[in-house]
Amino acid sequence: MNNQFPITKIIDDDGTLLDTSYEEQLTEALSYHLYHHMYRIRTFDRKAISLQRQGRIGTYPPFEGQEAAQVGSAYALGEDDWVFPTYRDHGATLTFGADMTRMFMYWNGRVEGCVPPEGKRIFPAAVPIATQIPHAVGAAWAEKKKGTDNIALVYFGDGATSEGDFHEGLNFAGVFQTPTVFFNQNNGYAISVPFEKQTNSATIAQKAIAYDIPSVRIDGNDCFAVYFTTKEAIDAARKGKGPTLIEAVTWRTGAHTTADDPSKYRPEHLGTDTVDPLERLERFMKTYGHWNDEKIAEIEQTCQAEVETAVEQMENASQPNVDDMFNHVFAELPDHLANQKLAYEAFLKEES
Amino acid sequence: MPVMSYIQAVTTALKEEMQRDENVFILGEDVGKKGGVFRATDGLYDEFGDARVLDTPLAESAIAGVGIGAAMYGKRPVAEMQFADFIMPAVNQIISEAARIRYRSNNDWTCPITIRAPYGGGVHGALYHSQSVEAVFANQPGLKIVMPSTPYDVKGLLKAAIRDNDPVLFFEHKRAYRLLKGDVPEEDYVLPIGKADVKREGTDITVITYGLCVNFALQAAEKLAEEGIDAHILDLRTIYPLDQEAIIEAAKKTGKVLLVTEDNKEGSIIGEVAAIISEHCLFDLDAPIQRLAGPDIPAMPYAPTMEKFFMINPDKVEKAMRDLAEF
Repeated sequence: MNNQFPITKIIDDDGTLLDTSYEEQLTEALSYHLYHHMYRIRTFDRKAISLQRQGRIGTYPPFEGQEAAQVGSAYALGEDDWVFPTYRDHGATLTFGADMTRMFMYWNGRVEGCVPPEGKRIFPAAVPIATQIPHAVGAAWAEKKKGTDNIALVYFGDGATSEGDFHEGLNFAGVFQTPTVFFNQNNGYAISVPFEKQTNSATIAQKAIAYDIPSVRIDGNDCFAVYFTTKEAIDAARKGKGPTLIEAVTWRTGAHTTADDPSKYRPEHLGTDTVDPLERLERFMKTYGHWNDEKIAEIEQTCQAEVETAVEQMENASQPNVDDMFNHVFAELPDHLANQKLAYEAFLKEES
Repeated sequence: MPVMSYIQAVTTALKEEMQRDENVFILGEDVGKKGGVFRATDGLYDEFGDARVLDTPLAESAIAGVGIGAAMYGKRPVAEMQFADFIMPAVNQIISEAARIRYRSNNDWTCPITIRAPYGGGVHGALYHSQSVEAVFANQPGLKIVMPSTPYDVKGLLKAAIRDNDPVLFFEHKRAYRLLKGDVPEEDYVLPIGKADVKREGTDITVITYGLCVNFALQAAEKLAEEGIDAHILDLRTIYPLDQEAIIEAAKKTGKVLLVTEDNKEGSIIGEVAAIISEHCLFDLDAPIQRLAGPDIPAMPYAPTMEKFFMINPDKVEKAMRDLAEF
């Protein structure tokens, strides 16, 4: 099958504007907002890797290289929309409004990390692959039933498109015309398996044809392409025009997780021609006179201070308490668990 | 005799079986070029090529289902589930198909597939990388479930699983992979599936367990021996179907039985072991049957302090053994 889905871009690798129809919308303010979010989540991501190396948090899946895909899409969401992330989408959820301290706590093994700020509609990150995709269809269906114009956006990777849940979710969304945006980050690799061995399809976007769902394939490292494409899909969903599948082609610069070593399976020259999404925006901003060194320095300092504060708060958080293990299995604690809890308390006293 | 780790025994058994029988092949996520996320299939892609070591799409139901189809055709697939936690999309294929093919075809078809999966906690793997899922499958006639406790047993039992003419789930404890080392003969050998194994002879109390907990019980038994408590330890090896005769013999031997599993307590396989003992050994018992298991919470916590609360360890086993001995 020929590739019917060429990659669309708004700016080029060197930062020049390719699609002039967006010229007026690529404002200095938008550029700064996107740069700020991308720099912020990159600072978080690099800090998290460093904390893992020092044994201060657990195994961590980095998203470096995918900042434009995550920020551009999350920034397009409305306040009351729903987000369904995977374990690698904390850049997106941070952009949407997740709390950074809690995010560090999550990666330090604390379930509190799954709790979004009051009113923020962020599902707990899915670790089993593709399981969150039908959920996003269910929530979107419920919003439609309720008569709101809220939508659900679900993140997933290239590997997830091989799972049944992806196909079942897309088909459902097509049948019920749910306001769901399926946001795929095709980062080239599902752990060690390259995209061309994951599927015989030339693109992920074309998989939507089977379900008669509109789809589009974009340059996931072009934050403007991501932002405007996602916004258009969201707007369509809000207006009752049903779901859209977006394939954002990007690149996982680092390892699958801090427990992985990509040099074992990924040729080192791959990805070297991919222009870093932050650098690409910087080139655009410089070309169009939006770049102000002082303003940028201020953004960078703000982000670094925020990350340091969040780490401090995570490390100063009180230790988990044994009760946390038992209290949220059911709405009410059954007798046998109450007894197990007592036994553990006794065990702990003996230990101490 | 070479000393190897538990995971090296996995790799060795796979390699030797692939050399012995060209019908044996491996399929799973990241099993090829990467050699598996734990490196259980390390070197096999280089030796046998991509026709016999298949890096599959990320699709557990298809890994099991394609494997089942190939097994019914006459191949000997060894499917890997990257983590036991992620076997869930494949449950329909394993239970509805693999376990029932021989029966529903009036013995005309067979399904000699082996499905390997690392299970268990103690590695800061958190909720989705620490679970024990054997009880999900342990009431499905037609399936066999093997959970080895030593490198020696791994090699002999994995070879037996691959050669078995019925589907076998082979759960490997991921903490045991590099923690446990032991003598493994170079020669080809198989160990019987469906038979338990006495890992320590003793006269005072009986511990019945499987997987990594066998090692914990052995460590505890050595300490208790210094106090004059002599423990008898039975390793189930195959947890479905159970070796009833060995269980009854081990329970009768001392009259005091401790059952240990890392799984949640309620509904775990040791409940079935307790039922067998109750049915057959009531008048031989000198103490109520004791169970040491994980709490009945959905999953292993990640935070180190809480993970320790959940995991079985040698100290917990030792305390439970001493309490039973003193009963």
